[in-house]
Amino acid sequence: MIEVKDLYKKFGKNEVLKGIDLTIERSGIFSVLGPNGSGKTTLIKCILGMVLPNSGQIFIDGKPLKNNFKYRNEIDYLPQIANFPGNLKVSELIAMIKDLRDSKATKDDELIELFKLQPYLNKKLANLSGGTKQKVNLVLTFMFDSPLIILDEPTNGLDPISHLRLKNLINSEKEKGKTILITSHILSFVEEVSDEIVFLLEGKIYFKGSVSELKEKTEQPDFEHAIASILSSSYA
Amino acid sequence: MLKILKYSFYDLMRSRWSYVYFLFYLLLGVVLLFLNNDLSKAVITLMNVIIILVPLIGTIFGVMYYYNSREFTELLLAQPVKRSSIFLGQYFGVATSLSMSLVIGLGVPFIFYGIFNSSAIWDFSLLLVTGAFLTFIFTALAFVIALSNENRIKGFGYAILLWLFMAVIYDGIFLMSLLYFEDYPLDKFSLLATMLNPVDLSRVLILLKLDISALLGYTGAVFQKFFGTNFGLLLSSAMLIVWVLVPTFFIWRIAKRKDF
Repeated sequence: MIEVKDLYKKFGKNEVLKGIDLTIERSGIFSVLGPNGSGKTTLIKCILGMVLPNSGQIFIDGKPLKNNFKYRNEIDYLPQIANFPGNLKVSELIAMIKDLRDSKATKDDELIELFKLQPYLNKKLANLSGGTKQKVNLVLTFMFDSPLIILDEPTNGLDPISHLRLKNLINSEKEKGKTILITSHILSFVEEVSDEIVFLLEGKIYFKGSVSELKEKTEQPDFEHAIASILSSSYA
Repeated sequence: MLKILKYSFYDLMRSRWSYVYFLFYLLLGVVLLFLNNDLSKAVITLMNVIIILVPLIGTIFGVMYYYNSREFTELLLAQPVKRSSIFLGQYFGVATSLSMSLVIGLGVPFIFYGIFNSSAIWDFSLLLVTGAFLTFIFTALAFVIALSNENRIKGFGYAILLWLFMAVIYDGIFLMSLLYFEDYPLDKFSLLATMLNPVDLSRVLILLKLDISALLGYTGAVFQKFFGTNFGLLLSSAMLIVWVLVPTFFIWRIAKRKDF
């Protein structure tokens, strides 16, 4: 469903992506990992069409992204930093995004209930705490029923209960046969939810496979050490 | 694009600044009418204010709106909406709400004063139309500047410089060159130079309509001969439209190629 071919991107002199080839065919949860500045967010933004690559192509469901915007109807995206227009109320924001997507089947009420957002519905977004904003962000992302979900640092600022609810939510979406792409720095979270890992290092894909394959490859007993060993060998 | 326009417009209609801007014009209109006690004179005074102020407000507001709505823009970019619709929608939202503040703010006091029964109605309408044009032109230029500058301070700086150039410095250079080349025939040059600056163009258009071009001496006669004709009026209106379309095209082009 997602096919990335030989993707290059540089910002000024800073080469961020140096030839990414990635194919994600089946459904499941895929985690994109990598140190800061390895190009995770850039890769995701390329898939979303927010960043335009210097060269290379991306196909979603076999269709090229270039000069196309309708494909974003099939993607739910959770941005990394939950920044919203401050003078809108939560309920207005939700109504607006629904209106923009022309989507009838939404489950926002269910999600508002799940994250206990009712008391905040009539508050302005500027007055919400970081964690609450992230919950609103999650509602906006999960309320549509798209086959591809992209989550950029979904656990940012969430309290433990919401964290748990998010995990259940992700798993239930996976059971519906969706493809979910996650970036996160919280390794325990990644290890728990992901079926496969894509490890980015200096703009290239260093490793793609399951957690157990990664452990085998690096000859480390646990996931955290496996990641650490990649990083230390690459920085050594 | 209409949906984005709608939301930008609502967003602005609820912001304090639209009201401040509206009230300012309302007050300006009322005060001018009371002080002058004469519609035609009020229109002339108003022209001087509008020609300088409308571009300034359009520029500042456009830049400010773009930078303040970055988050909103990023949210929209991930939605199935065309890029050009996002930016053009925002631009038209800002420009429309500013023009509305101008037209309604000035219109209300003049209507109550009885503009409809006065001969100044056409001059006044022309004033409002050029004011709206200037708003659209300078908001578009502001969007182009903001889109091409990631850094807010730089963006604001360039925007203010642009306004200063168009509203003040351009005239200075224009006058200096007229003095310097006074031995040569300058009527074509001055016509062209006027056409190339929307602020000057609007000023000349209104002045000539007000029939005080005699004050301008020889140049006034040349201008009257040119702008006073239907052809001149058409050409200058076309020029104002070009001044809206060119920056709008740049908004579209820059937005298409930009990374977020």
